[in-house]
Amino acid sequence: MLDPLILLPAVINGLTMGAVYALVALGLTLIYGVLHIINFAHGSLLMVGLYGVFFLHRAGVDPYLALVIMVPALFVVGYALQWSVIGKASHGSDQNVLLVTLGVSIVIENLALYFFTADTLTVDTPYVFEMIDLGIALVPLPRVIAFLSALVLAALLWLLIARSDLGRAIRAVAKERQGARLVGIDVDHIFAMSFGIGTACLGAAACLLLPMFYVSPHVGHVFVLVAFTVVVLGGMGSFSGALFGGLLIGVTESVGGLLLGESLGQIGIFLIFIATLMFRPSGLFGARLS
Amino acid sequence: MVALAVPYVLRSDFWLGFLITVLLFAALGMAWNILGGYTGQFSFGHAAFFGTGAYTTAVLHIGLGLNPWLGLATAAAAGGLVALLVGYLSFRYGLRGSYFALITLAFAEVLRILANSAEFTGGGVGLYVPLDLGIANLQFADKAGYYYVALAFAVLSLVVGWMLERSRLGAQMMAIRENEDAAQALGVDTFACKLKAIVISGALTGIGGAFYTHYYLYIDPGIAYGPGVSVEILLVPIIGGLGTVFGPLAGSAVLHGAGELARRLMGDAPGLSLIFYGVLLVVMVRFMPEGLMGVVWRIRRRSETQADA
Repeated sequence: MLDPLILLPAVINGLTMGAVYALVALGLTLIYGVLHIINFAHGSLLMVGLYGVFFLHRAGVDPYLALVIMVPALFVVGYALQWSVIGKASHGSDQNVLLVTLGVSIVIENLALYFFTADTLTVDTPYVFEMIDLGIALVPLPRVIAFLSALVLAALLWLLIARSDLGRAIRAVAKERQGARLVGIDVDHIFAMSFGIGTACLGAAACLLLPMFYVSPHVGHVFVLVAFTVVVLGGMGSFSGALFGGLLIGVTESVGGLLLGESLGQIGIFLIFIATLMFRPSGLFGARLS
Repeated sequence: MVALAVPYVLRSDFWLGFLITVLLFAALGMAWNILGGYTGQFSFGHAAFFGTGAYTTAVLHIGLGLNPWLGLATAAAAGGLVALLVGYLSFRYGLRGSYFALITLAFAEVLRILANSAEFTGGGVGLYVPLDLGIANLQFADKAGYYYVALAFAVLSLVVGWMLERSRLGAQMMAIRENEDAAQALGVDTFACKLKAIVISGALTGIGGAFYTHYYLYIDPGIAYGPGVSVEILLVPIIGGLGTVFGPLAGSAVLHGAGELARRLMGDAPGLSLIFYGVLLVVMVRFMPEGLMGVVWRIRRRSETQADA
């Protein structure tokens, strides 16, 4: 057996990374739950957010302070994208949406490559190397903040969907498009709102992620398949599922990396993904957004 | 006939190279089209078959000295085998639509990680095929030789597509695309039929991967199993026209022609041709969901009705 002194820090490390996965997956699961579409552009929109935080930092804005700017900014990006491109081009077919979001992600990613080159960029903040002593392991401060924020964000999203009028309209559209239209809900607007809120989650994720990570045009690849795994594992459209799934995947990756080495460690994620799709496609929590 | 004479007229290596790419991707696009266009199962992970074909011939040629021509055949077998596995696991558990797209993507990623970690694939460094010119070795001093091989591969794929379209199996595949439950109710063995489609598609894609290896004499996990290949393969029939025989050829010509034009006009900056591909994909789905062939049909139909009137 592994020495718990090695295993425990790996688990904690995995939990904090998993919290970031959960943050990314929360937006994805909301978009899936309402629009019933697989958003392939999710990873590249996260990349957009990360570049936003990076340039704000260069202009003197602290990454955590950037939350105030990035969350609304990415909301607008998401709303506009769904309203002007994805909704119009999909012709109501799921497979077309797959293709359109794929196309959008290719465009965004390569625009970034064209303008920012393939360089990997990081931000330097005074608290990057600050450690929190949890008794069994030292954890970097940004990771602790990301972990706690993921919990808060999941709770906020749940409140928004379960308690607000907007949330009620979103649930109505998710469940019964035609019926929602009949009672006077502007379905296209709600679609765009959901896509906007899902993208806004990425704005938050980007602010929390950058102090402990890097940004490059292809950074979205690291997260997009992992986020899909989390969403499928947790049950498409389920917030608690996304949170739990994210933490589980984070730990799997961290412990897998410890046992099998860095490059082979990721394979655990995809095997879980394939197994979930095959045996329990409704996810562990199974509940739809309704 | 015209296609056979091309290398004698066109003596530019650049244009022959361009045509080789167009033909290779027309063939790969047709392979995808058999599963995606005719049967309606959108795969986002055809790199799984492409990469397996590429590595099969590379490993067997470098390690055991297997003849590259036989390598093409073994690559077809290997691609078909992986397709059988992926297809069995996904269709057995009833995965459709977006779920099928996701699981194919995941299979390609698993294979990419394995190729990156395994010893015999050369890991992340990749594999170099030693230079040894000779027809027997599938290596040619000029591009004309590769052109003929690519042409033969494209013709093979198109003929397979053409025959399928007129066969019983093809009709069943299209029935599944239109309405799987209805097809099943009418007595079509949808599981077996989808398996046949994915195996044919995977085998053809495997040949394409093997051709790639011997054309460029190099393969690595990112090229073989990366998402880039999967995307480029699926773009071709979608732009050309899903479920049509000549769609992939038209799509490949337009896609690579446009990419080349973008490079000519704006310089060879990284990412530029891909921006173009992405825009093209969105615009096609938005304004011409039936692809180029759909436009051709519409024009033909219009002129016919005008002739009648």
